[in-house]
Amino acid sequence: MLLSFLAITTIAVVRLRDLFAVVMLFGIFSLLSAAIFVTLDAVDVAFTEAAVGAGISTVLMLATLTLTTRTESPPRHGTLLPLLVVCVTGGALVYGTLDMPRFGDPQAPIHQHVAPRYLQDSPAEIGLPNVVTSVLASYRGYDTLGEVTVIFTAGAGVLMLLGAIRRRTACCDDTGKGGSAVNHNLVLRVVAKILIPFVLLFALYVQFHGDFGPGGGFQAGVIFAAAFILYTLIFGLAAARAVASPGVLRVLSALGVLLFAGVGLAGIFAGGDFLDYGVLASHPVAGQHLGILLIELGVGTTVAAVMIMIFYLFAGRTR
Amino acid sequence: MATVLGLYNYWIAIFLMMAGFYVVIAHGNLVKKIVGLSIFQVAVFILYISMGKVQGGSAPILAAGVTSYSNPLPHVLILTAIVVGVATIALGLALVIRINEAYGTVEEDNIHSQDEPE
Repeated sequence: MLLSFLAITTIAVVRLRDLFAVVMLFGIFSLLSAAIFVTLDAVDVAFTEAAVGAGISTVLMLATLTLTTRTESPPRHGTLLPLLVVCVTGGALVYGTLDMPRFGDPQAPIHQHVAPRYLQDSPAEIGLPNVVTSVLASYRGYDTLGEVTVIFTAGAGVLMLLGAIRRRTACCDDTGKGGSAVNHNLVLRVVAKILIPFVLLFALYVQFHGDFGPGGGFQAGVIFAAAFILYTLIFGLAAARAVASPGVLRVLSALGVLLFAGVGLAGIFAGGDFLDYGVLASHPVAGQHLGILLIELGVGTTVAAVMIMIFYLFAGRTR
Repeated sequence: MATVLGLYNYWIAIFLMMAGFYVVIAHGNLVKKIVGLSIFQVAVFILYISMGKVQGGSAPILAAGVTSYSNPLPHVLILTAIVVGVATIALGLALVIRINEAYGTVEEDNIHSQDEPE
């Protein structure tokens, strides 16, 4: 049923011309999909989608809208040809699904190869209850390193696009974008002051408890960044920059990737393979624990620093 | 009927995918195009997570007394894909802001007409 809600929201997103409403609906869309992920047993994914989709990407899109236009001009071309292309592609894809295993089938090919091994052997090899963390940080650590590097690169790209020119005007604009309107609202300020420490504490909990329950570096980094974004929205950009300066963030975003890769190299120097944590301590399982803790810390640092940096750049941009 | 129920998740994912695809190719506004791209992304996420579900399974956090778990591998892939997705979306939005500064518009048609030689 949630999926039907999702479809209805999507139709509204396609039809509406008021971009502000579109972005708000997109936030709802993300929250709905997070709920769907919970029902499909993907708790870690739901966590991430709720924090990223409904939080950070919505805020970034709103920041873009304040810098550009709010309404979309009506299309000048006919919509018939795109509609035809989409229907043909969709029809072909639906035809393709007819051969797919049915939803929830335990005999589907996807459940026959590596997944049983992860589920059966990871308690002995890694010793962590959360299999998602084991796979993410240890079995497929190489992929995760690549993904953290992509995030770092994207952050560097945004920095190059938006950070270079006009920085001086941005830094002297005292209240900053978004800060001025809600700056003097007493209720907001007090509530934010009470709320932010708990959000930060929760981020740290998610970071270090990710081995046992849902959570980990990616989610914690995003929640940490969300706390800073809240702070910036209420107290203004200048106040936030005093807490975490852009220079520090740039260093931290690189440091996270370096920590991850450094743990990998430490494995080589200790006599194992790249990203082999078993050799880091006297006992292989203890080594795995240490390695996973360190690389999750690296992931969390990079994600949080890049997200906050991107938000500063968007918010500091004046029209 | 069993076929429809068994494939419902995939069909909704395809519908969302096509809606995103339609927004990307039919709309001229660059911000709207990026929203379409995000919808396409979420559709792919739903497709993957649906495939990982096992009927009667539990979330892949090992606990005593639970024997059937959903497949953890799609979860790992999509978890990282979401965060990479927001980073690339941010890059796209940054490009939109720069295009707006250079051309004064985010409508594709207006940008093309400015680029054409007089």
